[in-house]
Amino acid sequence: MKIQLRYFASIREDLGLASESFETQAAHAGGLLAELRARGGAYAQALAEGRPVRVAINQTMARADSPLAEGAEVGLFPPVTGG
Amino acid sequence: MVRVRIQTEDFDVGAELASLRAGDLRVGAVCSFVGTVRDTRAITGAAADEIRSMELEHYPGMTEKAIEAMIDEAHQRFDFYEARVIHRIGLLQPADQIVFVAVTSAHRGESFKACEFLMDYLKTQAPFWKKEQTPQGAQWVDARVSDDAALARWGIEARNA
Repeated sequence: MKIQLRYFASIREDLGLASESFETQAAHAGGLLAELRARGGAYAQALAEGRPVRVAINQTMARADSPLAEGAEVGLFPPVTGG
Repeated sequence: MVRVRIQTEDFDVGAELASLRAGDLRVGAVCSFVGTVRDTRAITGAAADEIRSMELEHYPGMTEKAIEAMIDEAHQRFDFYEARVIHRIGLLQPADQIVFVAVTSAHRGESFKACEFLMDYLKTQAPFWKKEQTPQGAQWVDARVSDDAALARWGIEARNA
């Protein structure tokens, strides 16, 4: 299914990219991260295992087992530090 | 009443507090919190700890949605009238105001609690990121485990830091 990826903060900087369309085979957020990591290069580094990556699906905080849906907007970012 | 504002401009605390309770004769308590940019050198005295400026990034759309949801959640838990949250983005300098949270209620207890709850929630669930300019270069601020613990006191698992 096709989804829209949005990157923020250090992840956006490491990828040199703020957003992109992506065709995913993954059913859940965790699977999507593994897929992106497998692209290698900057993706493997920015989304490396052990590095904390938070996921939002359609602008709501999600977990590794949260389901993806066709056309979803998926935000990937480091832990938040506002306030 | 507008409950959430994300803006680059500064805010006037006195004017915000006055407008939040204007004409509302039910109000007997107004509680507020203001977060500001620290220069850690002023605390430690070490030149390397200087914070020259701070850049705040956010996730437009999600930020507003997340804060609106946390105010709704606060209304479920505490007996208060109005709440307002203002958060600045963009380039800030030491001593600048970053965030404003204010709550009105009949008695102080509920507004104190709601104000603290909203800040604890915002720290770990609202998509903002701080980047500091230091003598060593630009650095993204790390999330604190203590902020997750602060939200846990309200029975909510933060899963942030």
